[in-house]
Amino acid sequence: MNQPLLSIKDMSITFSSPDEADIEAVRQVDLVLTPGKTLALVGESGCGKSVTARAVLRLLDKNARIPKGEILYDAEGGRVDIARLHPDSTAMRAIRGNQISMIFQEPMSSLSPVHTIGDQIDEIIILHQRLSPKKARERTISLLDQVGIPGARDRSNAYPFELSGGLRQRAMIAMALACTPKLLIADEPTTALDVTTQAQILDLLRQLQADFGMAMLFITHDLGVVAEIADDIAVMYLGDVVEQGDVFEVFRAPKHPYTQALMNSVPRLQRKAERTRLTPIKGTVPSPKDRPVGCAFTSRCPHAFAPCPGQRPERTPVSPGHVARCHLLTHVREEALA
Amino acid sequence: MTTLLSVEHLSKVFTLGGGLFKPGRELVALNDISLTVEAGETLAIVGESGCGKTTLGRCIIKAQPVSEGKVFYHPKDGQKVELTELDKRAIKPWRRDIRMIFQDPMSSLNPNMRVFDLVAEPLRVHRICKGRELEDRVISTLGKVGIPADAIGRYPHAFSGGQRQRIGIARALVLDPKLVIADEAVSALDVSIQAQVLNLLDDLKREFGLTYIFISHDLGVVNYIADRVMVMYLGHVVETAPTEQLFERPRHPYSEMLLEALPIADPTRRKGQNKELRGEIPYLGNRPIGCPFHTRCRYAQDKCRAEKPALRPINGTAQMAACHFAETLELKGAYEAPQKVFA
Repeated sequence: MNQPLLSIKDMSITFSSPDEADIEAVRQVDLVLTPGKTLALVGESGCGKSVTARAVLRLLDKNARIPKGEILYDAEGGRVDIARLHPDSTAMRAIRGNQISMIFQEPMSSLSPVHTIGDQIDEIIILHQRLSPKKARERTISLLDQVGIPGARDRSNAYPFELSGGLRQRAMIAMALACTPKLLIADEPTTALDVTTQAQILDLLRQLQADFGMAMLFITHDLGVVAEIADDIAVMYLGDVVEQGDVFEVFRAPKHPYTQALMNSVPRLQRKAERTRLTPIKGTVPSPKDRPVGCAFTSRCPHAFAPCPGQRPERTPVSPGHVARCHLLTHVREEALA
Repeated sequence: MTTLLSVEHLSKVFTLGGGLFKPGRELVALNDISLTVEAGETLAIVGESGCGKTTLGRCIIKAQPVSEGKVFYHPKDGQKVELTELDKRAIKPWRRDIRMIFQDPMSSLNPNMRVFDLVAEPLRVHRICKGRELEDRVISTLGKVGIPADAIGRYPHAFSGGQRQRIGIARALVLDPKLVIADEAVSALDVSIQAQVLNLLDDLKREFGLTYIFISHDLGVVNYIADRVMVMYLGHVVETAPTEQLFERPRHPYSEMLLEALPIADPTRRKGQNKELRGEIPYLGNRPIGCPFHTRCRYAQDKCRAEKPALRPINGTAQMAACHFAETLELKGAYEAPQKVFA
């Protein structure tokens, strides 16, 4: 197996506010990213998947802290713990946008509306690679060409509003690739796009990964997209990674009730005769303030039993590389109830 | 089955720019659309953004005036009301029967109104009831969509996305409508909440004998909920068929492309790079000559670039397609072996 490029170990993220108790938005997350592989981070809104990704780039809000855990990154000059770097430090800035870069969900709101896309991409290249503006523009044009923007030379002078959603997202990808990053974080890159455009962007990302061998952290809530692009999957619920492992393995035999429930709530492509009624998860996601001390999923879990509310389940290996946090894997249910 | 709504040769043209002495540019958003909706069925309208599906929904309830064509509503057997010729006052009673659910539950509810007033508003506007009766009706409607009675004094911001969408549904249902136009009603919701709302729409349909026009871009959801599907591209209807027939064997290359692009939640059925997806939806202002889809169609021939195909029944079935080669093309469907349910 390849050497990991980045490993997140036992990381927690807390948000503090002046008039409320601290909220632990992410608790004890372990993730490993390997060159050439894609890890999909899946979960519903508010589960902490975007916060986890932003922590890797240290792009968290001012009131967020990483009190525990490490983010070990194999940088060019040796291994660094990103969690201990200051977000504004030179070391962090040398990594952000250069070695690790990010694609955001809404290209319209993350690109500057008053600069041409060419200028925005040039800026990164000039900043990190110290090329002359002229050479930077040549590189920008070849990047735009690489991500499949037709007429790249002319389009580099276009403003974001002049491009369609798909082209804008391609420009965003070109920008993320400007310095050939080792790790690409894609935060819901296709959620705002049409299915056909989405399929094209997924193809493009896959192609670019094959060409550059970068690691990819792919955040999404769409299990169809995960099945299409990921090598590994980590399912998050209310700040916990409840299950993670090889994508084929987890889809074949999901062990955590939340993963199972999530998969059962996606409408399947079936003929009417074979179709069954969807089984949604009962209730709604509680606020992180009301999260049970034990397993976060207790309040909605159809199998919840004695130890669930009070005791946090450990990471339990199911098969090599497949782990889940669920008491059902370690307890016999009847025994626990007695 | 009886027809509830029929649309005949509807067109909608927007005029862009222009000034006092300068004519504006014309943008044909809907081009000669005809459709019928039978009582009790769910008709899905699908297509990429900008294909005109939302505009069509809005034209049906006359939230937007149509440029050409007619919309008929058939309240009961034999009766036929032409909605398009009615003025604002005359159409009001029919607006009780045809209601709309909007996409974004965050922006479609007035943040300054309490839930009770939000749901009572349609009853008050149509002067249907007041006082005790109004109160009962609001509370029972909210109960049906799963909002507890003790929440009626709260403002929309206190609810989650899924609950807000339920309030939107309650607003549509409180008038006992016959036809509900749901414009991307579940698109903004998380999967588990989406499943709840889909089941709710299904239950309400059965309970009240509703008819839905379900506008969506998600073919997985459409397969689950719709009886019939209409596929739109650049303001044209390119195919309409019973759901199963469309997913089994589409007859228009655009339908095939949509099905092919749909990601399936099963890594063993990964589609990988061997998809044939081309190009992007062209700008409405420079619609191609001939078949509107020929610029992206992998089967396009010279005929397609010159001549616009008409929508016609295929082999005498209920499936209709607007493609010169609909009868002969072997297009791929989307069904495969059943997938298992995890318990």
